[in-house]
Amino acid sequence: MKELDLVIIGGGPAGLAAAVSAYDAGVRSLLILDREQQAGGILEQCIHNGFGLHRFGEELTGPEYAARYIDEVKKREIPVQLETMVLDLQPLPDGSKLVTAVSSGGMLELKAKAVILAMGCRERSRGALNIPGTRPAGIYTAGAAQKFVNIKGYLPGRRVVILGSGDIGLIMARRMTLEGAKVEAVCELMPYSGGLNRNIVQCLEDFGIPLLLSHTIVEIHGKERVTGVTIAQVDENRRPIPETRQEIPCDTVLLSCGLIPENELTTAAGIPLDPVTSGAVVDQYRQTGCPGVFACGNVLHVHDLVDYVSEEAALAGESAAAWLRGESLSGESVSLIPKDGVRYLVPQQLRLPLKDDLRLYFRVGAIYDKATVEVRCGEKLIFSRKRPRLVPGEMESLVLKKSLLEGLDGPLTVGLSLEGESK
Amino acid sequence: MKRNLTCIVCPMGCQLEVELEDGKVTRVTGNTCKRGEAYGIAECTAPTRTLTTTVRVSGGTQPLVSVKTAAPIPKELLFDAMKVLRKLTVAAPVALGQVVMEDLCGTGIGVVAGKEVSAR
Ligand code: SF4
Repeated sequence: MKELDLVIIGGGPAGLAAAVSAYDAGVRSLLILDREQQAGGILEQCIHNGFGLHRFGEELTGPEYAARYIDEVKKREIPVQLETMVLDLQPLPDGSKLVTAVSSGGMLELKAKAVILAMGCRERSRGALNIPGTRPAGIYTAGAAQKFVNIKGYLPGRRVVILGSGDIGLIMARRMTLEGAKVEAVCELMPYSGGLNRNIVQCLEDFGIPLLLSHTIVEIHGKERVTGVTIAQVDENRRPIPETRQEIPCDTVLLSCGLIPENELTTAAGIPLDPVTSGAVVDQYRQTGCPGVFACGNVLHVHDLVDYVSEEAALAGESAAAWLRGESLSGESVSLIPKDGVRYLVPQQLRLPLKDDLRLYFRVGAIYDKATVEVRCGEKLIFSRKRPRLVPGEMESLVLKKSLLEGLDGPLTVGLSLEGESK
Repeated sequence: MKRNLTCIVCPMGCQLEVELEDGKVTRVTGNTCKRGEAYGIAECTAPTRTLTTTVRVSGGTQPLVSVKTAAPIPKELLFDAMKVLRKLTVAAPVALGQVVMEDLCGTGIGVVAGKEVSAR
């Protein structure tokens, strides 16, 4: 069995950035595994631009952003094994991890001292959404349609209704329109869109595509091929209002209803997950509940900007290198608890004492105007910052100086206080 | 004439109201900062977009290569540009950053490849 210091599962933006930073921190025995024919992950099919504004200060397309990291990996001669799918991950009694994978060459077993989980996420499918109706051809997730159009060169349909206003759905509304399809409407169950503002403007408003908030598809019609959908408005409990039912003829339905981190391997390894993020519970080093296993990118929590994926992955790579050098990443553990409007926090745990300033990522559960983000330890206010507007579609981050967190004596909470509310 | 639009420069998404006279912007309201005003003026006088799409590749390991305009082009030209690019085929190998068309629809703006496609 081949033995390595570090195995990185996934060669998308997270895996590539983690590999580069682990290498730069001294790791030489490492390998990236990816199931696709090329590295780069989902970026390969995201041909629109807007990637890299934070990281590189310019607007790149997905493939361009990926190419920058693929180049860095090549320069360092970090091996990438493609068309290899990891099937199982098991911690061994000696503290190392057994990675079982399958490739065209057959089954592969690797023994790794450390593992970085960078498997990304997948789209919620029709099955997971429970839309009633027949099962005709013409129903795709937005990402599947994106692959058809941008990689294979096929247009999956000519008259389209999109369910869900996630960013991929919005991007595909524009893409299909430019390629000659007619996008009839985008239906969003919630009273607000989860997509970035810029995508709503440049992908829908630019082309006069209606965004129907508080609407859903209640039925899909057609036997062989989709012939139409019935949509309806929903009430505040998200139940369809029968009087508002309306039929829209179309031949294609695209689903853009959220992303789910792919954590089958994490679960198989017995690593605890956070029920809100559906990703592993991690500390500030991005170390999971299994020592020597780290997680970063969309497998940990769904990001909206790849720039932050790269940043987080670099941190996981450095941490794995430190762990391999025998540095202690343990210490007294303190929980971070989201409350009052904050849906989740990453990391979920702190190991004390902190070695560096702490960057926290979080998302809110609704739209909040003029809110103050408050970090507390018990009743004591440690940090607060006013934010003019917080929306569920944009991940927020804040940096807490190491000095602020000295002498913590209990869990930290992060919550919102709204203007006019007294605490 | 008045136009309402959403500022996209930052996540605030301020609702701008732009007043126009003879195609000239006379007033922008609803913006919280200067950047919003600049965006409102640009959007109402000369809106531009970077076009990203794919073009066919002959003899390559992949059927398509992703491309983008080297600079933003006038928004009203998007569909004309798509028409022209739909007819274009480039021969593999294609290099990242290679100019696949010099002048798109008389804009003087080129179209460059966004990835590498090797020859079959
Ligand atoms: S006007 Fe200023 S604050 Fe408002 S969205 Fe635009 S850039 Fe942001």
